[in-house]
Formats: sequence, structure tokens, C-alpha cells
Amino acid sequence: MPNAVPLSWYLALSAVLFTLGVGGFLFRRNIITMFMSIELMLNAVNLTFVAFSYRLRQIDGQVFTFFVMVVAAAEAAVGLAIILIVFKNRATLQVDDLRTMKD
Amino acid sequence: MQHLWLIPALPLLGFLINGLAGRRLPKAVIHTVAVGTVALAFVWVLKTVIALQPLATPHVERYFDWIRVGDLRIGFDLAADRLTAVMLLVVTGVGLLIHIYSIGYMAHEGGYYRFFAYLNLFMFFMLTLVLAANFLLMFVGWEGVGLCSYLLIGFWFLKKSATNAANKAFIVNRIGDFGFTLALFLLYLNFKSLDFGTVFGGLAGWQTDTGMGTLTIIGLLLLVGATGKSAQIPLYVWLPDAMEGPTPVSALIHAATMVTAGVYMIARSAPLFLKAPIAMDWVAGIGLATAFFAATIGMVQTDIKRVFAYSTVSQLGYMFLGVGTGAFGAGIFHLVTHAFFKALLFLGAGSVIHALSGEQDMRRMGGLWKKTPVTFAVMLAATVAIAGIPPFSGFWSKDEILLSAWQRSPVLFWIGVLTAAMTSFYVFRAIFLVFFGTYRGEAHAHESPPVMTLPLVVLAVLSLGGGAFQVSKWLAPMFPEHAPPENPLLLAVSISAAFGGALVAWALYWWRPALPDMIAARLKWLYRAAFRKYWVDEIYGATVVRPLVGTSREVLWRGIDVEVIDGAVNGIGRRALGIGSLLRLAQSGYIRSYAAWVLLGAVSLLIALGVLGGVR
Repeated sequence: MPNAVPLSWYLALSAVLFTLGVGGFLFRRNIITMFMSIELMLNAVNLTFVAFSYRLRQIDGQVFTFFVMVVAAAEAAVGLAIILIVFKNRATLQVDDLRTMKD
Repeated sequence: MQHLWLIPALPLLGFLINGLAGRRLPKAVIHTVAVGTVALAFVWVLKTVIALQPLATPHVERYFDWIRVGDLRIGFDLAADRLTAVMLLVVTGVGLLIHIYSIGYMAHEGGYYRFFAYLNLFMFFMLTLVLAANFLLMFVGWEGVGLCSYLLIGFWFLKKSATNAANKAFIVNRIGDFGFTLALFLLYLNFKSLDFGTVFGGLAGWQTDTGMGTLTIIGLLLLVGATGKSAQIPLYVWLPDAMEGPTPVSALIHAATMVTAGVYMIARSAPLFLKAPIAMDWVAGIGLATAFFAATIGMVQTDIKRVFAYSTVSQLGYMFLGVGTGAFGAGIFHLVTHAFFKALLFLGAGSVIHALSGEQDMRRMGGLWKKTPVTFAVMLAATVAIAGIPPFSGFWSKDEILLSAWQRSPVLFWIGVLTAAMTSFYVFRAIFLVFFGTYRGEAHAHESPPVMTLPLVVLAVLSLGGGAFQVSKWLAPMFPEHAPPENPLLLAVSISAAFGGALVAWALYWWRPALPDMIAARLKWLYRAAFRKYWVDEIYGATVVRPLVGTSREVLWRGIDVEVIDGAVNGIGRRALGIGSLLRLAQSGYIRSYAAWVLLGAVSLLIALGVLGGVR
């Protein structure tokens, strides 16, 4: 494979994206943003899968990617519905305001 | 097949009809069903006994296996032999008369169907007890009659004293039944069966037990059971209280049939007792002690039913004396005659109580012979029978027992004769107090209806002429030879005792009515002791009941139940709460804080795996 981009670059990019996702999830307060951070983390993992799949000449990683995408889609559907209901009831998207379970 | 099962099944049918549907049935149907089923049972008994003549060997009918575990087989087997036949005739015959009497006696009472349903259930269990061909089935009947006794003593359950008496009867009987069950275990352990035939057949290989061997212990345990059911010392205390029940119940259960179950059981186990002479001596000793002791109490009671209750205890003691001295036939003979005259005494007393609208105190009766002539006549018949005045029924059976006692030991005889004199005294005392002198009460007395007096007349005829049934002669082939020589001197002694007691009663309560009070004042201490029943109830209360209740309350309830069991359960709950309140501190409610914890956990896991070499 001449002139190919080395595997480590992919992994580094994936790690950067995943860390951005974690950071976004931990430090942002808007639920939508946190949600997008989760998507970011999932896709960072997807990138790793695809990179290894290409490098190792095995199809398994790509199959896994599809699974992750399906789960992510389902999660988005359920998650967005929950967020919608929460907003209707509470008129807020600030995650720190949603702590009634504690009391 | 003689279809022996029909005999108990008929009253059971009556119980089911009245018990399930009686509430909606009219009174006429209720008592027709109740009396009808018992009458049919009586007819079936007659038919069976006649068909089985001469009944030299037991007629056994096996229906189905009731229990089969390992090599233990207990069948639902019924058997009829001569002893059973006598008991069957007494139970169904006297039972039928008392059922008829109850129609009149209970006419104005609530719970009419309940009363007859219980009576029929009692008949079922009593007949099962008598017909059983093994000890365990007998025990079923034994417990069943105890249950019915409890239900009927507490028939007026709104009365505190009645429910207390019912509980007392049930609990005291439990003590006796404990002995009975232990005896059953020992029997099975030694004979590998509870069948009468197998057990008594197996006895052939046993030596006569002269010490405290297995047979003696079994015999003594059976005796414990019998003292409970048949109200002997030390478990007799429930019977006088049992008079709280309706009078027909006192007559049927607590005089004529159920309380004689102990005597029947000992006679049934005669082969075993004959091989355990020490147990026999205990039977005779306890019987005689009870007979004497209860008679002294009976002499001073003022409640008419209590007099007869102590009289029953005393007469049951006589039966124990009979079977205990080897005169099994005579004991059963006395059981039969006693069933006649004691049922009659109770029913007569019931008639008097009925006539006086519930009055039971003899001090508030008197002169009733003019107002209730039929009752008076039949009561007199019962009195001469129980007093042992020849040629009436009680004389014959009592005389046989006393003869047998003389043969065993003259001491037994003399105490027995003294008891006979006391018996004669207290029944004649009751007669004089109730029927002679001047009337001392307020209620308007009236004779009872024919439905009540008719059974009384039949019983009176049986009481007077019951001596003609040669019960002991008929039973003789069942038991070993036991014919004490006739002794005219002893006969004269016992007859003079009977007349002597009657004479004293006449002197004290008719000739010189002021004398009893003078004597009571002179022998104040003795009189009070007997009147208060020697404080036996109080002694039992202080030595048994109170410590038991106290221990139960303080140790078992407040100690073990509340502290240990409840404490453990509640403690687990409280500990869970405590741990939870600690863990609760970690819950901030901020989703981002949870996420941080997750991240921290994942990172530390990775580090740990790396340090431990899990990740290569």
C-alpha cells in the first residue's frame, strides 16, 4: 500500500475526536450539546473500527460500524423524544436543573 | 360384608345436610334429618348385630388404605366384635333418645341447626371411635369427639364462662392425648403395626411385664390418654365445667358416651393391660381415688348439674376400678347401666331446669313432685338405679365391680363401698332438695312436653331393668376368665351401704332439714374444702397455668418473638436503611458528575489493568 496514510494517524484523530466528545459531555450543560458529544464519541470509535478493518483486511470492523450506527440512530430517536418531553414540561434544557430524582 | 361403614356415615350425612343447608331449613326438617339419620344408624346397628350373631370372632371390614408409608400400612378398617356391639347399641340407642329429647329442649334456642349438626357430627366420630379396627383410626374418632365436645360446651359462645369451659375441656384433653399419641408411637415401634389384631396377636411373644418395661409404659401412657377423656384424676377438672353446655349435651357427651371412651379404650386394650399388671394397678388405683374424691365433692354441691357432673366423674372411677381389677366385662356393664341412669339424671335435671326457666340451684327448688310428676318419677327411677338399690340396673354392675375389687384387695372393696354409700347419699339428697319440701323459688313450674318426657320414660325403663342385660356374661369370651366367687356377705354390705346413704339423705333433708347446716357448721373446714372442690382448680392455676402463661408471655412472646425474631427482621430492614443513607451521599443528582465518575472509573480500570499486566 504505497503512499497510504499510516494507521497511527487515524488512531490519533479518533482519540482526539473521542476526547472532544468526553470533554463536551462533561463540560457543556445544554442537553442537545451533550447529546451531540455522545454522537461524536460513537463516531470516533467507528473511525477506529474502520481504520483497523482496512489495515487488517478484515470485514468485521466495518460490520461493527453498521451496528454502532443503527444503535446510534435508535438512541437519537429515543433521546430526542425524551429531550422534547423534558423541554415541554420544564421549559429548560439545562441539565443541572433536572435533578428531581435526588430529592 | 355388613356395610359397617353405614353406621357412622348416616350421622355424617345428617351433619352435612344440617351443617351446610341448615340455616335455610325449617326446624321441622332440621330435627327430622338429625333424628332420622341417628335412628337409621340405630336400626342398622341392630340389623348388623343380629346378622353377625353369635359374633364369637371379630368381624373386620377393610375399605381402603388410609396411610401407606414404607412398611407402615394403616387402613380405613372397621371391625365389630361383642365389645363393639355393646358400645354401638349404647351410643346409637341412648344417642337417639337424647336427640329426640333435644327437639323439645332446644325448641326455643337460637342456632337450632348448628346444635343438631354438631350432635350428628359427634355421633359420627363416636361411632368411628368404637368401630375402628386400629389404634390410629380410633384416635381420629377420639380427637373428633373432643372437637364436638368443645363445640357443644361452647354452644352459647356469647357467654364468657361457656367459651372458657370449652377451652378448658379442649386443652386438658390435649394433655391426655399427648400420652395417647406417645403410646401409639411405642406400639408401632414394638409391633410394627397399629392394627388391633396384629398388636394383640403379637403380644403372645411377650413376657408378662412385672417391672417398668415397655408394656407397662405403653399401658401407663394409654392410661394418661384415658384419664383425659374420661375425666379421672388428675385431668378430671374439665368435666364439671363442661356443664356450661346445653343439658342434652351434658347427658350425651359428658355422661353417657364420650367420657366412657377411656374405659372402652382400656377394655379394648385388655390383652396389653393383662400383660402389664402394674399399669392395671394404676388404672384401678386412679379409678378408685377418683370415685371417692369426686363423690365427696358431689355431696356438698348446690348446682344440680354439678352434682351429677361429679357423680359422673365418680362413676367413671368405678368403671376404671372394674377394668383395673381385671373385671373388664363388669366395667363395660357399668358403662352401659351408667349410660342409662346418668343420661336420665341429666335429662331429668334438664327437664327440671326447663320447667323452672333456667334455675339450676337446688336451694331454690323443692316440692316439685306435684308440678312435674313425670320428671319426678323418672328421676326417682334413675336415683334408685345409680344408688345401687336392688334389683335395679346400677346394683348389678356395681356389685360385680365391688366383688372384683374384693378379690384384688379388701381395701379397694371397703373404699368402694364407702363411695357407693356416698353416691346413694348425694343422689337422694338431690331428689329430696328438688322434689320434696316446700318450693323455694319464684319461677312458675310446668311439666315438659311429651317429646321430652317420652325419652325419659324409655330411659327410666332401661335404668330400672337394665340389669337384665347380661353384658358381662356376653362379653366373657372376649376377656380371660374372671369370675369372683359370689359372696352373700359382701352383697349384704353393699346393699346396706346403698340403703344407708339413702337413709342419711332422708334424715338430713327430710326428717331434720336443719341438720345439714349444723353439720356443715361443725365440720366447717372439711365442708368448705369439699364445697370449694379442694381448691384443685386454684392449685392447677397456680402451679401449671400461671407459670405457663407467664413463661409464654415474658419469655416466648416478649423475649423470643419480639426481641429475637421480630428484632432480626426489623434489624435487617434498619441496617439496609442505614447503609442506604450512607450511599445516598454519593448521589448528587448532576448527570455530568455521574459521567465524570464513569470516566474516572474507566480510566482507573485501564490503569489497573495496565499495572497488573492485563493489557499487552
